[in-house]
Amino acid sequence: MTTSADPRVTFDYAPAPESRSIVDIKASYGLFINGEFVDGHGKAFKTVNPASEEVLAEIAEADDNDVDLAVRAARRAHRSWSQMPGAERAKYLFRIARIIAERSRELAVLESIDNGKPIRESRDVDIPIVSAHFFYYAGWADKLRYAGFGEQSLGVAAQVIPWNFPLLMLAWKIAPALACGNTVVLKPAETTPLTALLFAEICQQADLPPGVVNIVTGAGGTGQALVGHPDVDKVAFTGSTEVGKAIARTVAGTDKRVTLELGGKAANIVFDDAPLDQAIEGIVDGIFFNQGHVCCAGSRLLVQESVADEVLHRLKRRMATLRVGDPLDKNTDIGAINSAEQLARIRELSDVGDAEGAERWSPPCELPSHGYWFPPTLFTGVNQAHRIAREEIFGPVLSVLTFRTPAEAVAKANNSPYGLSAGIWTDKGSRILKMANQLRAGVVWANTFNKFDPASPFGGYKESGYGREGGKHGLEGYLR
Amino acid sequence: MLGGMVTSESEVETTPFRDLDVTRTDSSLHRFLHGLPGVDQVGAEQRAAALSSRSIKTSAKAYALDLAISMVDLTTLEGQDTDGKVRTLAAKAVRPDPSDPTCPSTAAVCVYGDLVATAKQALGDSGVHVAAVATAFPSGRAAMDVKLADTRDAVEAGADEIDMVIDRGAFLSGRYLEVFEEIAQVREACGGAHLKVILETGELQTYDNVRRASWLAMLAGGHFIKTSTGKVQPAATLPVTLVMLEAVRDFREATGTMIGVKPAGGIRTAKDAIKYLVTVNEVAGPDWLDPDWFRFGASTLLNDLLMQRMKLKTGRYSGPDYVTVD
Repeated sequence: MTTSADPRVTFDYAPAPESRSIVDIKASYGLFINGEFVDGHGKAFKTVNPASEEVLAEIAEADDNDVDLAVRAARRAHRSWSQMPGAERAKYLFRIARIIAERSRELAVLESIDNGKPIRESRDVDIPIVSAHFFYYAGWADKLRYAGFGEQSLGVAAQVIPWNFPLLMLAWKIAPALACGNTVVLKPAETTPLTALLFAEICQQADLPPGVVNIVTGAGGTGQALVGHPDVDKVAFTGSTEVGKAIARTVAGTDKRVTLELGGKAANIVFDDAPLDQAIEGIVDGIFFNQGHVCCAGSRLLVQESVADEVLHRLKRRMATLRVGDPLDKNTDIGAINSAEQLARIRELSDVGDAEGAERWSPPCELPSHGYWFPPTLFTGVNQAHRIAREEIFGPVLSVLTFRTPAEAVAKANNSPYGLSAGIWTDKGSRILKMANQLRAGVVWANTFNKFDPASPFGGYKESGYGREGGKHGLEGYLR
Repeated sequence: MLGGMVTSESEVETTPFRDLDVTRTDSSLHRFLHGLPGVDQVGAEQRAAALSSRSIKTSAKAYALDLAISMVDLTTLEGQDTDGKVRTLAAKAVRPDPSDPTCPSTAAVCVYGDLVATAKQALGDSGVHVAAVATAFPSGRAAMDVKLADTRDAVEAGADEIDMVIDRGAFLSGRYLEVFEEIAQVREACGGAHLKVILETGELQTYDNVRRASWLAMLAGGHFIKTSTGKVQPAATLPVTLVMLEAVRDFREATGTMIGVKPAGGIRTAKDAIKYLVTVNEVAGPDWLDPDWFRFGASTLLNDLLMQRMKLKTGRYSGPDYVTVD
């Protein structure tokens, strides 16, 4: 019998690129202040596609004066926005949520181009949750009295967000703030401003009153000017612990309210009775989702010694099937590292891992010649004293440690300055509950990892920050 | 390609794993099967959904469509089946697309035991196999000697492959050794014919049960594990097939013996078939991308594969009047 499948050829997935034609990237972008795009007065900078190093657009930088204009616009808008009945504010938020859902493909493609994340994730995870977040908080806007955190808005919120989930972090910040009657000035990350600027257009499309949302682009200096501005009532930041500490110092002694969502070094704990095939998927999702650029990434795998060899064998086999490459290809699992700077940091810490005597392993994988890339990597023979077991790498690098008993797992998991998230893999329900109570982490996932929902609060212990975002708890940071 | 599927008389071997400690008593078998790692339902379904989102286009799609056609067990299992119906089906299996000689044949036709001789005669030396369902298909509710007679009857009529059903009642009540013995005896009765063991996963319900039944069938000597009879809903699903592919992958690592997988029932579109092939590729591995090791039990699937194949070749979607109705 003959078939065209004979002689054997392998099942090579042909390129399946998502079309870029749906997005219209302008040559240059201004700041979004008081409902209009205006010029910035700082030194304009460029945003690049990290998968190709192609320059995408020139972005205005907001100087101190521009930041002041934005805060003033927000202050003016706050008078009427905060007095508007919650049900009316909700209409705007519902409208924004719907427009995001309608323009989801455009937003997903733009996010992947500017950030480097695979289109599969921006399309199936980021943008749907962004829309869901606005829908969720729209629902709260007329029910604030039942939340138990007061009914008064704080005023003007200064919000600074990171580059790993650009639009999603924007939604986490803006949706609850607006629902509670605050107005905002938001600074997107220097390397990923484009979806925030498209969001500004969506605010115009939704007829949001001018000044309710202001977006100022720039780097660290712009962020400092914003959080240090005397007329800001609330500071919300997501990013590194280092910058978070600087912000805490800046606002110390003022009456500004602060929420910080910072770094992490999450333990993903696999017991010998775990559903192994699903645990492998959870380990992979935990550390390779979004190239490991996730504050709650499961970057420390704690595996029970009795199944360590088995788990490592399965994990390596699975890692060999990960597809690294063009973020816009629908079959890509791991995209580009967001910036040259971040790539350098991942390389540096991985080299430290080698130097400290841990054993590095990556599956054979061909990386594109242009852009910023790092292969999925794991380190074995890691112990608690190694820097790669303690410091946040923020890249696709997994440190594998072992434990013998549940008590040892808890002790090792908690032995970190961070406490953002943790994962537990076991078929035993009672063990899940006991472990979850003992782990000093804001989010504990059981038999899953990196699951997000607008109704679920998220935030950290210790140096991972304070305050909660999402759910009813997320209202607390914007009400008095 | 299917040459390896049928063992010659001299190689006929009984159950290779019969003398293992784990398969000696009911309690040892019970301990072994319940010691397999559990399956988390949410996680397994999430993995299947993620694999379903692969985008298979152009040259990859052409490869997948031809491969899927060559893996079809073209099936008719109706009370109203006749010699004429089986001959029509056989002609279709040998030459699915009469207008295109480059279109591959299907792997087999699958019929009830009494129609094996007709199918065999119609297929001649085309290389397309005859598969027969046996052991009181689909319920499996009959005495053991009846099931064995059913099997021998089909083999004597020329069946190359036997699709047996397990006793789900015995499995669900934990009488694993009974199921093991049943499969082992049917395997002996198969002689040189290859044995596919239908687990009827729609009745086993949990993925833990699917994993245990898969290992039981593999240990007892099945050459293939198959999801369903097609008479019970749900029939084949992607997560169930995923769990079975994990089982054959792990079984080969443990024993060196390679077992095939056959999802059957409910796979009707080329799009669905391609999702299964992606899952085979990424879970069990490319070694299983071969009609010797993976089959689709289907009737209507073939026409959709043919229509998609024409669409890919001509750029036009022709419609159901341009493929044969059988």
